[in-house]
Amino acid sequence: MLELKHISFEVNADGQDKEIVRDVSLKLQEGKLAVVTGPNGGGKSTLARLIAGIEKPTAGRILLDGRDITDWSVTDRARAGIAFAFQQPVRFKGIQVMDLIRLAAGKTLSVAQACEYLSQVGLCARDYIDREVNASLSGGELKRIEIATVLARAARISVFDEPEAGIDLWSFQNLIEVFEHMRSHIEGSSILIISHQERILNIADEVIVLREGRVAAQGPRAEILPTLIGTPSAVASCIRENGRIGGIGE
Amino acid sequence: MKPLDEIQQRLLREVADLHTVPEGAYNIRANGQSVGRQSTANIEITPKEGVSGLEIRIRPGTKNESVHIPVVMTQSGLTEVVYNDFYIGENADVTIVAGCGIDNCGNQDAQHDGIHRFFVGRGARIRYVEKHYGSGDGAGKRILNPVTEVYQDEDSTVEMEMVQIKGVDDTDRKTLAELKSGARLVVRERLMTHGRQNAVSTYEVHMNGDNSSADVVSRSVARDDSFQRFDAKLVGSAVCTGHTECDSIIMDRGRILAVPGLEANSVDAALVHEAAIGKIAGEQIVKLMTLGLTEQEAEEQIVNGFLK
Repeated sequence: MLELKHISFEVNADGQDKEIVRDVSLKLQEGKLAVVTGPNGGGKSTLARLIAGIEKPTAGRILLDGRDITDWSVTDRARAGIAFAFQQPVRFKGIQVMDLIRLAAGKTLSVAQACEYLSQVGLCARDYIDREVNASLSGGELKRIEIATVLARAARISVFDEPEAGIDLWSFQNLIEVFEHMRSHIEGSSILIISHQERILNIADEVIVLREGRVAAQGPRAEILPTLIGTPSAVASCIRENGRIGGIGE
Repeated sequence: MKPLDEIQQRLLREVADLHTVPEGAYNIRANGQSVGRQSTANIEITPKEGVSGLEIRIRPGTKNESVHIPVVMTQSGLTEVVYNDFYIGENADVTIVAGCGIDNCGNQDAQHDGIHRFFVGRGARIRYVEKHYGSGDGAGKRILNPVTEVYQDEDSTVEMEMVQIKGVDDTDRKTLAELKSGARLVVRERLMTHGRQNAVSTYEVHMNGDNSSADVVSRSVARDDSFQRFDAKLVGSAVCTGHTECDSIIMDRGRILAVPGLEANSVDAALVHEAAIGKIAGEQIVKLMTLGLTEQEAEEQIVNGFLK
């Protein structure tokens, strides 16, 4: 179980202290899928980066199965079973898709095994396995490869920062299936997704709403979702995205 | 073939990927002497008269054959200049593997200057691989100053792969090419310097015939206190396309100077130069750390991938 206790994160911008995350406490139970949603600038991505260890909280503690991992490095957290999918995946000159998936799996994989992960994210594996993870890949392709690397990690805690961003052409249903497959196939795995998308919220066990760095609401989907759907901003965003999948909380 | 000692065998593996005597034509040079040579029906290797070196003649139309001419040096204080000339017949299609490995445990410099000239016949195609490698912990330097001259006849293709990843203290590489109509030159250079090493690589490619093309790409990493200079000059005097690229990572206190040179003497010459030098992006390291690598392992993966 992952537990955040009174986590705050402050930055100093233009000589002024700004609190991006304020006193956030939450628990991610074993085997559960939680979605963190809320307006842009609400601190969602920062929260994900705090969990991965890319940022260090200015106050509060992070516990993994009761162990305090607040001061652990990114590497140590990864080895302890925390995986992280970047909102904007990183490009590498020379490193091939196969290399990245092997590094993620932390062991030697056959090409067939590596292709399995790519197929799950809807990429024709044979076309991609030898490609370099460089600027020749489109944003959408890169995003799917990023998700495939997290699948290959088979981690106990998988954190996805806006996995839907940039994958318009990929059937949304495929993404949903990826998460459901993860939930049922990785024993005791917990998933935390940062997302605006209603269809991702619909598969959540738990929904956390983050607004201005604070937890504005938190609870089972059945409780929280109705309060979100009815808000004027949600309606506005659904109208704006008419014909596409409705967004929430914009 | 005369037997090689263990260090010489190791050098041979590093520079030419050779574990046993190669198939096809070869000449293996160790400490200034030929220790094994073989010609084939289509490829004749003969020693030069008067100077040190070889003449390699490849018959027109020779297909899918290879020539290996590696050099290994394990003797401190040895300095040599070797002249090798390659005559590649029309429409031949061959792979040539050169390369030099120096192991210097002594206090005197060991230096090999290989002067290679290629006369590439009409329609011929060659793939040329040249690897440099140095080892040994003596105070004497390991020095390699290769000169490569390429004269391409019409519609010929030359693909060159130049690799120097480790252990060479000082390199001054000069590559000169002249291309006739329809000739095509592709160069891929990979270089890593460390310690206090110094590496200079100079290219001058003249595209003299219509529809000739050149693509010269260097990827390099400069670590520690090393210095690299990459001079790539393309001269277009006909309907031609030329592209040079220098893509480099600097680490520690490494320094790199990239000097582009494009000279268009014809209105139909299209020449492009690209250069990018910078340190490893922090987010690349972080991404690999989220996969469980340490910062140092992440750096190694990024550098290895970059130079692959």
